[in-house]
Amino acid sequence: MNPDFARRLWLTAKPLIFIGCLLPLAWLCWLAWQGQLGANPVETLSHRTGDWSLRFLLLTLAITPARRLTGWNRLQQFRRMLGLFAFFYVSLHLAVYLIFDQFFDWSAIAADVVKRPYLTVGFAAFLLLIPLAITSTRGMMKRLGKNWQRLHRLVYLIAVLGVLHYAWLVKADLSEPLLYGGVLAMLLGYRRWRRWRGVC
Amino acid sequence: MLIQKPADVRPSEITPPELYARRREFLKTAAVLGAAALWPNVRAATAAPDEDLKPTPYKDVTSYNNFYEFGSSKTDPAQYAGSLKTQPWTVTVEGHCEKPGQYVLDDVLAPHQPEERIYRLRCVEAWSMVVPWLGIPLAKILPRFQPTASARYVEFTTLLDPAQMPGQKTRLLDWPYLEGLRMDEAMHPLTLLATGLYGKELPNQNGAPLRLIAPWKYGFKSIKSIVKIRFTETQPRTTWASSGPDEYGFYANVNPDVDHPRWSQKKERRIGDLFRRDTLPFNGYADQVAGLYAGMDLRRNF
Repeated sequence: MNPDFARRLWLTAKPLIFIGCLLPLAWLCWLAWQGQLGANPVETLSHRTGDWSLRFLLLTLAITPARRLTGWNRLQQFRRMLGLFAFFYVSLHLAVYLIFDQFFDWSAIAADVVKRPYLTVGFAAFLLLIPLAITSTRGMMKRLGKNWQRLHRLVYLIAVLGVLHYAWLVKADLSEPLLYGGVLAMLLGYRRWRRWRGVC
Repeated sequence: MLIQKPADVRPSEITPPELYARRREFLKTAAVLGAAALWPNVRAATAAPDEDLKPTPYKDVTSYNNFYEFGSSKTDPAQYAGSLKTQPWTVTVEGHCEKPGQYVLDDVLAPHQPEERIYRLRCVEAWSMVVPWLGIPLAKILPRFQPTASARYVEFTTLLDPAQMPGQKTRLLDWPYLEGLRMDEAMHPLTLLATGLYGKELPNQNGAPLRLIAPWKYGFKSIKSIVKIRFTETQPRTTWASSGPDEYGFYANVNPDVDHPRWSQKKERRIGDLFRRDTLPFNGYADQVAGLYAGMDLRRNF
């Protein structure tokens, strides 16, 4: 391929992916507008935003393996955006809980988060994402130097907490949380394997 | 199947389409309310007046169900329960009674006139509905089988047939689904064997052709598509209680003071409402049923 054409293709890809990342939200808004969120719209909103949070987290974690396996180093340029979209959907997910489940009853929220393990780990994952979102800028990256990467390794823990949060609240059917857990295990396992092979 | 037509649903009980359609304003309202959160007094102003027994729209009652025999998602039963054949239907009666046997469902129901009962239904997952059931008090049916003095409990069994109930091909639960009641709970005037809702036959996803309703208990006690009734001397093993003994008890009375180990039972979301409301002890039927449990530790017997 003409290298100039390839470069322009990568450049147009970014805004397209940005729009693509907003489609799940747009779809939810459309369903809400049409009254098509089902019998329990709040639950639907909560579950869908939670699903997309996990999906974006896993996509973010898939960038490095995908880059290594394909040799397309340009993939790297999408990682921050995908990570920030994970944070965006987590924030929506939390907002649904704060508004519709608890209606800003802060004492009930605090009690709930402390007492319910699935909420404790979910909330912990959200809190841990905040510093990552804040330090996602190029300036912060420079300023933190080596520590930036150390800080951002938290994302592995966050993803584990996210899957745990999901698994902890289902009643009997663990198949979906296990699916997310399986993908996460593969993504983390790939890194482990490379380390073990000494090709860091 | 034979359904004696009861008195029609009163027009007042049916949600007017205009009101139903207002759900479409969900997001618009949501946006306004989100902003309104800053002004707590707005909250009081937007709280609906007490419409405690306004029936949940038919569409929601019949499209949002837990019936794991057809899949674990709430929309699975409405989608897949068409494969259930409810005609002919036989109910086997066993155990400590004088008249055990296999009964054709129509013969079980024939001597009785279905009654309409508008009950709250509270799921253990902290959502609730109001359903206008059609049914026959269990207390009218059980004595016909002449339970003996040693019949202290009644056990109910759901149909086991993976061909008709594809969810039974998975091992999500230990099939067939089993539930049970103490004899005095079974004979309580609130307890119903339901055959219909909203004045019509029960849709398959709601447990056709015959299901239990014990409105002061979590929904999972109200077993669907019953094929067997067995009188026992000892407390029967029940499906959810065996699946999660710490999480689901034999009694499963609705109790805002005893949480599910993983989530709170203090509040519930009534289907159709944006916000959650307080859960009532015994789902609002304490006056009628609390006496059944006098002297019992409801924390231990959850």
